[in-house]
Formats: sequence, structure tokens, C-alpha cells
Amino acid sequence: MNKILSTAAYIKIKDFYIKNPSLIDKKNRIYVTASDDVDLVLKKIIDVTLPENMRTVSNDQLKYISFLNEDNRIKNQISWKLFQNSDSREPELAGLKGGIVGTLLTMFVTLIISFPIGVLAAIYLEEIAPKNRITDIIEVNINNLAAVPSIVYGLLGLAVFLNYLNMPRSAPLVGGIVLALMTLPVIIIATRAALASIPPSIREAAYGVGASQMQVIIHHVVPLALPGILTGTIIGIARAAGETAPLLMIGMMAFIVDVPSKITDKATVLPAQIYMWANNPERSFEYLTSAAILILLLILIIMNLLAILLRRKYERRW
Amino acid sequence: MKDVGKLMKKKNKIVTNNVTVDYGDKRALHGIDLKIEEKEVTALIGPSGCGKSTFIRCLNRMNDLITGCKVEGSILIDGTDINLPDTDIVELRARIGMVFQKPNPFPKSIYDNVAYGPRIHGLADSKNELDNIVHKSLKRAGLWDEVHERLDASGLSLSGGQQQRLCIARAIAVNPDVLLMDEPCSALDPIATAVIEELINELKERYTIVIVTHSMQQAARLSEKTAYFHLGKMIEYDDTSNIFTNPKHEMTEAYISGRIG
Repeated sequence: MNKILSTAAYIKIKDFYIKNPSLIDKKNRIYVTASDDVDLVLKKIIDVTLPENMRTVSNDQLKYISFLNEDNRIKNQISWKLFQNSDSREPELAGLKGGIVGTLLTMFVTLIISFPIGVLAAIYLEEIAPKNRITDIIEVNINNLAAVPSIVYGLLGLAVFLNYLNMPRSAPLVGGIVLALMTLPVIIIATRAALASIPPSIREAAYGVGASQMQVIIHHVVPLALPGILTGTIIGIARAAGETAPLLMIGMMAFIVDVPSKITDKATVLPAQIYMWANNPERSFEYLTSAAILILLLILIIMNLLAILLRRKYERRW
Repeated sequence: MKDVGKLMKKKNKIVTNNVTVDYGDKRALHGIDLKIEEKEVTALIGPSGCGKSTFIRCLNRMNDLITGCKVEGSILIDGTDINLPDTDIVELRARIGMVFQKPNPFPKSIYDNVAYGPRIHGLADSKNELDNIVHKSLKRAGLWDEVHERLDASGLSLSGGQQQRLCIARAIAVNPDVLLMDEPCSALDPIATAVIEELINELKERYTIVIVTHSMQQAARLSEKTAYFHLGKMIEYDDTSNIFTNPKHEMTEAYISGRIG
């Protein structure tokens, strides 16, 4: 029976009898999770014609599996463990919950840092700052930062946040800060474009009735530019959510079985999880990797769709 | 005798002395001296690029918004020079209303368009008072009857002429005493133009109006005084009837008879 049942099966059977002591010594039917090899045999991915020492299942196990299958004792179903469990060495138990929660925590940190700083910086640069050499240099630098390879931000995070500031390794806090730095130029550029697209006639109208510069910005320019600002922010955050390289440098590419509950816990993120699963030798991880890629893609498509809808809804023609 | 009394009461509302404007190193206005009288319509005419819009924008310091624009000389409004660095520009712009070439209502409701100025200047203590200001301003702008049932509709839902009257209502809601109009009818059809002109005729009872126009007929119909600008210089300034019937300068004559411009 060994290797046909998942390690979780024994725990499930134990729990069942602890809960129902009266059923001990009786014949009971309990469904338990099968090992990933069973799945591979049933899907005919393991070639049973190979000699026994060249495959991962023995002849005895094959006999058990075909007996159970012919007796209709094997159910094939979607494994919701994908969303209920965190990472595991056993493919049938490995799930994305840790990665999803880690991504959410990291994106939360990224958003609360990059959105206010990015938008305020863009407002300052576009509306308030005098146009001179210094602002020209800042502008060129921001445009260059948007094109810096993302792993460089990871190196920065490693050098500054981990080694110098002694922040926790593998934590969404540091990952979020690093991704925020990477997202900032994107948000600044998008916000500036949105602000610049507000026609001067609206500003003139507001100045004409005696509004101060701050009133013009807060009452008119920013509300009108908000759809563009939000679109840029969502696209920037979506890009950060799919980012792996900078997180490699700060230890978020790690085998972590606990679901993080706060931003200083050790965590991993979806793309990192995909990368790690893709590297595992067990064949079943191939399917997990595919599922995780689809889920990540779905999340990114939803975010981009949200950005498009937002822009459509509030788009204004002058 | 009554007329004489009225004439005596008229005083110079705006006096400019040697106003020059530079955009970077290009001089747009060369030493303009002009006296604009209270509660009259003064028209500024001249070919495109002659500086009349630049001049009108000096009067409420709108040129401050343009980087590289430098205004020199003194602009006295009610005897106070407003072209000084310590002038309270917010207060000045509330006193000198402006209507632009293209109708530019805020993308907000009709009510909010008019109420915006009074709100930011704290002119109304209660909702009731604000309602009154909006009502009065729309009425004076001749728009009340057309929009009073849909004050919550967007200002952009109005026709071009209505939008321009909304902009006039917005300007007079903050109780200015001067109205600057920068080609207010150039984006409108003849009917809407006629409505606005009629409105300007009523408004000059209360406000000193300076209007930039490309239409010489409009200047002749509306204004008491006309100034002719050419290439950044003021060529001639006189009563409108004199300018159009008996211009002293040959360039003025050439312009009004359609030979240049």
C-alpha cells in the first residue's frame, strides 16, 4: 500500500477514528487522497511495459492500482487542495495558498508605497515643479529607471534592505518595497501622461474664477486624470505581480510550507512558486505548474481587464 | 444736464502704463498705454498675433501661467498696481472675471459650474445663499429659463452658445467688477452670437467689459471705445464711432476697410 496512498491519507484515517471511536473494528469506506504515482499510472504517463526497476511504481503497486480501479474504488476529481494547501514535497498535497496569500501581501505593500509616492511625485513634477535643469535630470532618470532590468532592483533590495537595514529575509515587506521601487517609474510616467492630457482650458477656467494652484490641482486636474492614473497604477501593479527576478535576490524563491499571515512572515509569491514547481523532478508537478500558470494568467487578465473597463467608463472626450 | 452728470461720474477703471510683454526673447507687446473707463465696453481689434489676447490676459495676470512670459509696466485697477509680485492673484481674479474663446465649462453639473467660484471664495454661508447666487448669476447670463429644470445636468450637455453663457454666469457668480472676454463668440453660430451680444449690452450696466474680437461689426455694435492693435503695438484708441468712421491712422483705416488682417 505504501506509495499508493498520499501521506495525508494516514492522517485522515487517524482523524476519522479519533472522531468516531465507535466505528473501530467495523468495516468503513473512506476516500483518501491517492499518491501522485497512481494518477500518473491511470493517465498512462508511466510506461508499465518498462522493466520494474526503471519505473517509480512496482509490479505489486500496479496490481493494487488496477484492482482498485476495476472495482471502481478510485475517483478522479479536481483537487481543491490547490487552493487550500501551501507548498509541499508531495505533488498531490502541494497547493498555491501560500503563494496567493504571499502575492496579495506583497502587492499590498507595493500598492501602499508606490501609489501615493508615485502619484504625488507625478503631480509635483507635472504641475508644480519649475522647469529647469534639475527637473530635466529627474525626468530623464525616471524614464531610465523604468527601463532598468528588474533583477537590479532585487540586488538593491538585497544590499540595502537585507544587508544594511537588516530587514527580514523572504518577507513580503521587503518584496513589496523592492517591487514598489520597480513600479514607481511606471506609475509616475502614467500619471504624468494622464495629467498632461487634461486640456489647458479647464485649468484656465479654474484659474479664471480665482482658484489657487492647489485648488486647480485638487478640484479639477486630479479628479479628471484619475481614470488614467488608476489605469497606470493597475498595469504597474499587475506587472509587479508577475515579477520573479527581483524576489530571487531577497529570498522569496524558497520552499515555504506555512501560509504567511503578516508582511514580515516568510513567504513566496505565485510566479516564484511556478518557477520552483517547474524545477521539481516529480512528473506530477508538471500539471501543478500548468495550473498555477493558468491561475496567475487569470489574475493578470482580470487586473488588466479592470484597467481597460475603468478607462472605458471614465474616458472623456473634449 | 443729466448726460453731463453721467459723463462726469465715469472714471478710469483700468489704466495701463507702458506695458510690455516678452515670451522668452520675443517681444509680444510694446509699451501699451490704455485707459479703460468704468461700465463701458472696450473692444480690442486687430489681426491675429497682434497681441490683443496677450494684453487682455495681463489684466488678470493670466500670463503668469505661461512659463517664460514676462510682463512689465504698471497696470492700475482702481488705482492699485496689480502687476506687482505681492499682488493677491486669487483675489484679483475673483474681481476680474474672464470668459474664454472656446466655451470651457467644467465637466460638472450646471449648478456646480456656477457655484464653484462662490464656494472657493466662501461667498455663501448657507446652501440657500449659494442657491441664490447661482439663480442670480444664471439669470443675469440669460440662461436661467433654459436650464432651471436641469441644474444637475452636465455643463457639457449644453449647446455651444449655452455653454458660453454658462461660462459668463460662472464668471459673474464671484461678483467681479470687470469682465474680460477673449473672442467669446468666435466658436459660436450667428444666432448664439446675437444672444451673447445682447447679453453683453445688458451686462455693461454693472460691469466694465473688455472684449477682444475679430469681428469689426461686433466691435462697432457693442463697444463705446475701440483700440486697434498691430504687431504688438497699439496703433489707435478712440471712441468706437471715430475709429470706424474717421480713423486717424492709415493702418487702422486699412484694417477696418479690409485691406489688411
